[in-house]
Parts: sequence; C-alpha cells; structure tokens
Amino acid sequence: MAFGKPDLGSIVPNGAGFDPALVNKMMGKFGHGGFLGMEYIGHGDDWVELAIDWREDLVADPDTGILASAVIISLMDNATSMSIWTKLGEFRPQVTMDLRIDYLRPSPSGKRVYGRGICYHLTNSIGFVRGFAHNGNPDEPLAHASGTFIRIGDRVS
Amino acid sequence: MSDMHSFLPPYARALDMTIADELDGAPVIAMPFADRVQGRPGFLHGGAISGLLEIAAIAAIHRALRAKGSDSAIKQVNVTVDFMRGGVNQMTFAVGEVTRLGRTMANVEARAWQEDRDKPIAMGYMHYLIKAKREG
Repeated sequence: MAFGKPDLGSIVPNGAGFDPALVNKMMGKFGHGGFLGMEYIGHGDDWVELAIDWREDLVADPDTGILASAVIISLMDNATSMSIWTKLGEFRPQVTMDLRIDYLRPSPSGKRVYGRGICYHLTNSIGFVRGFAHNGNPDEPLAHASGTFIRIGDRVS
Repeated sequence: MSDMHSFLPPYARALDMTIADELDGAPVIAMPFADRVQGRPGFLHGGAISGLLEIAAIAAIHRALRAKGSDSAIKQVNVTVDFMRGGVNQMTFAVGEVTRLGRTMANVEARAWQEDRDKPIAMGYMHYLIKAKREG
C-alpha cells in the first residue's frame, strides 16, 4: 500500500497483552485517527475512553459549529473497538459490522468530545459493544452508541 | 450544481469530498482515498465511510426540502451504519435517498460504493427532525 505504516498486529503481537494507551499512539497519529487527533484518556478492564478536540474543519453545520455526526462515529468506533481488545487482553484483527449512534444533544461548538467504548460481551467471533460520548462530565452524555464487531482471524485483508 | 458545491460543509471539504454526479435527483458525493481517511492499512476507516454517507444524506434531504419549497433546518436524531465490505484504495461514492419526508421528521437511506453500485461497502439509515426556520 502507498501508506507505509506498521500494521497494528506487528506492534502488538498476540499474547503480549493489550495497552490501549500505546496502541492509540499509532491509531491517533496516522490515518483517520490522526486526522481527527484522537487522544487516549483512560481505560479499565472492559472500557477505553478517547477524545477529540473541536476543530473548525470538523464542522458539518457552519451556522452552529456542530461537529459532523461522523466525527462522533469515528470516536465511538475506535473506543469500542479498543474496548474489545482490552477485554480480550490481546490484539485480534476485527472489523465493524454495524454501529448505531443516538444523538441526545449536539456537542457545543468549541467543546472537546470524549467517547467511552465498553465491550459488554464476547463470543468466539463477535464483540458486542456499547458506549457514550460526553463533553467532560460522563453523567451528561451527548450520544449513545451500540454495535458489533467481527473478528476475522488472520484474514486481515 | 455550483450551489451544491457551496453546500459542502468544512468537514466534507477537509476530506476532499466533491459532488460527482446526480442520481434520481440526489447528489452523488465522491471521496478520494488518502491517509486521512484510512483505518487499518490499505482500508478506509469506518468513520470516514460514515462521514461520506452523512454528507450524501444531508445533500439528499436538502434537495428534497428545496423541491418542496421548504427552507427548514434539519437535526439528526440517530444513525445506524452497516459495514458490508472493506473500502480499498480507490474513489468511494455515496448517494442518499429520502425514503420519507414528513412535516416533523425524515427517514434517509444512504449507500456507499466503489466500483459497483450494486455492491455497497456500507449503508447508513438516518432519522432527522425537520425544524421550521424562525419566521422572518
């Protein structure tokens, strides 16, 4: 491929444990995560929190300064995806099957957005996730997310 | 079409989206492959595909509202995205279809594809609130 970045699997070998802070150094630096400036905030056994700073070029409605809906989708996609690897304790190639976002309220112009992804169930091939986005107070969510990921073994491509 | 180009918001311009065509009265939005839309190496990020679907959906609903002579604003309530195929290193297209436009809400479906429109890489299903603009 034209973009010579290391594959995630090569820096996080299977069985070596999973460190979301370390992995986000790559996911938040290159590609779409890099474009959005995704930052690692924290994690637990089955959750990972990331954040994106408000930026003018991420706005979908210039009249209000409201971020594109897809910025929240990207944030929740990465946070929920990483919550699966965190719960698994290792990196395994997987792809998003589907993701649903409910927007409880808009994210105000200028405000940083946090996204917490939680893996609530794992089967042999599927990771079931949910999560929410907020502006700094998790008790005041701005969006809820739910979705599923399917692990694809070694068939990364 | 130039009026539609001015419609494209900052987010769409940042990802180099353009209006490529028109299909059944709705603009077809194109997005080139680049590092800034890449997820795992060689593939589009699901969030970038979702962004293309979103812009296509908004373009379709604006077009549908204007066809009714309405200048109402819209507010997204939710979205479900199905990811069906990996997006590879080539141009991606998306078009929205307003499946129902009522007075208070609209249902929109958006389809993203690369070479073959019959093989979508993702579908988005969105609900929007229709908000009457404050009377002037």
